[in-house]
Amino acid sequence: MRMLINVPETVVADGLRGLAAAHPGLNVDVERRVVVRGDAPVAGKVGLVSGGGSGHEPLHGGFVGVGMLSAACPGEVFTSPVPDQMARAAAAVDSGAGVLFVVKNYTGDVLNFDMAQELAEDEGVRVARVLVDDDVAVRDSLYTAGRRGTGATLFVEKAAGAAAEEGAPLERVEAVARRVGERSRSFGVALGAVTTPAKGTPTFDLPSGELELGIGIHGEPGRERRPMMTSREIADFTVEAVLNDLRPSGPVLALVNGMGATPLLELYGFSAEVHRVLAERGVPVARTLVGNYVTSLDMAGCSVTLCEADEEILRLWDAPVETPALRWGR
Amino acid sequence: MPGPAGDGGAASAGRDDAHKGADVPRDADAVLDAEFFLRWMDALARAVDREAARLTELDAAIGDADHGANMRRGFAAVTAALGKDAPDTPGAVLMLTGRRLISTVGGASGPLYGTLLRRAGKALGDEAAVSRAQLAEALRAGTAAVARLGGAKAGDKTMLDALEPAAAALEESFAAARQAAEDGAAATVPMLARKGRASYLGERSIGHRDPGAASSALLIGTLEETAR
Repeated sequence: MRMLINVPETVVADGLRGLAAAHPGLNVDVERRVVVRGDAPVAGKVGLVSGGGSGHEPLHGGFVGVGMLSAACPGEVFTSPVPDQMARAAAAVDSGAGVLFVVKNYTGDVLNFDMAQELAEDEGVRVARVLVDDDVAVRDSLYTAGRRGTGATLFVEKAAGAAAEEGAPLERVEAVARRVGERSRSFGVALGAVTTPAKGTPTFDLPSGELELGIGIHGEPGRERRPMMTSREIADFTVEAVLNDLRPSGPVLALVNGMGATPLLELYGFSAEVHRVLAERGVPVARTLVGNYVTSLDMAGCSVTLCEADEEILRLWDAPVETPALRWGR
Repeated sequence: MPGPAGDGGAASAGRDDAHKGADVPRDADAVLDAEFFLRWMDALARAVDREAARLTELDAAIGDADHGANMRRGFAAVTAALGKDAPDTPGAVLMLTGRRLISTVGGASGPLYGTLLRRAGKALGDEAAVSRAQLAEALRAGTAAVARLGGAKAGDKTMLDALEPAAAALEESFAAARQAAEDGAAATVPMLARKGRASYLGERSIGHRDPGAASSALLIGTLEETAR
């Protein structure tokens, strides 16, 4: 496997140095692994902090900026960051209005953010936390780690970031984040396995001619393997899986997301099929975002995230945003 | 396997009583001091380094292929911290080790192993030396804290499946604890994962050894080596 890297050990630090060089508006602490808005803390504004393993870029560092995250904490590849990072980020962005942690539902992320919340609160920062758990491929159960957090993270960070930018208090920003998360569901498909820099070989073996349904974003195998399907068939299966769980009564936001190695041409073709299925099912699409946003290193494949929108969610979605990966309205 | 580093003749080292009836001091009387705990952590760090690839392979099967690399990074930081400023009580050695793991490992392993060792260290208090029975009690306290933090129980295909039986068997001897940890790790193979990333696989998690149980067996295995 050929990779555009120096050595596996410095992949995360090298990426952060590049982020800093390309986006001088961000304050990037390469050593301590914290990416902060250059103008933080913003007086009177709630701080929005997220983070997670690296390898999902542009999530989360690419979403730091006006109208979205105040700070992001990248961990090692596919490994949640450590509590010290989030506590440091919380201290850096807190204006006194409090800080909301946006946490994807994985055991490691939850444990480390919990410990960070304790550390930050000991320092006098008011912290609230919202869990994102949108992946319908995982059966939600009291006896498992629960559904994974995937594509809906982008919707939650965008809406909560817009609410914070408008000056909403912590309780309000938290409520927006929770509501968007609860109204969002995702399903992902892999057309090829993922190779981490440390391991150097694919984390699972996917023969050509087969695809893996219900994958996560860490190269963990999915729930089911089938012979290769067309874009049309994958859209039918994927949207069906999401709608069986979400059952929206109104228009949706749609994220047609690439896993990292699938060309945009294919993603747009797939997006057309997603729109077709939604039209057949009588679900209007209010906004669509197509691209590689919540990725899994070099995995080929895609995911679909739908969020049942309402006027407030649409307004927050359309609000100005200026980050490395998303920017409009300014 | 290579023995632990340092002075093998340390009077403080415990002896296991696997040879029943032999005329050896009872383990319960063994006096385990800070130096013993430092040698244990050193042996553990070297075992993690040696076994990192195997832990990562196990994790690739049912998780995300990083357990070995994460544990190796954490224990390299532990070795550096203990080498710089070695604590002078058993409790302090375990608490510093736990804190360094929390600050460097990430993932679920960092908080879980960090909590295990911090809580065990706390249970040992500030005594200059402790008995095997006290260590068994402390490991039970640490294991219970891990169960609370992770919301898991024995049988869920986690590190608890190695730790719980090992802590109980440590009442008997170091050798029994090691055997219990290894048996516990092996027993995770046919289990259905109910916690952590492996639980996403449902039935497909069956047939693989849990990486956390495997690294827990290293923790207990190096304890037994250090006590030899």
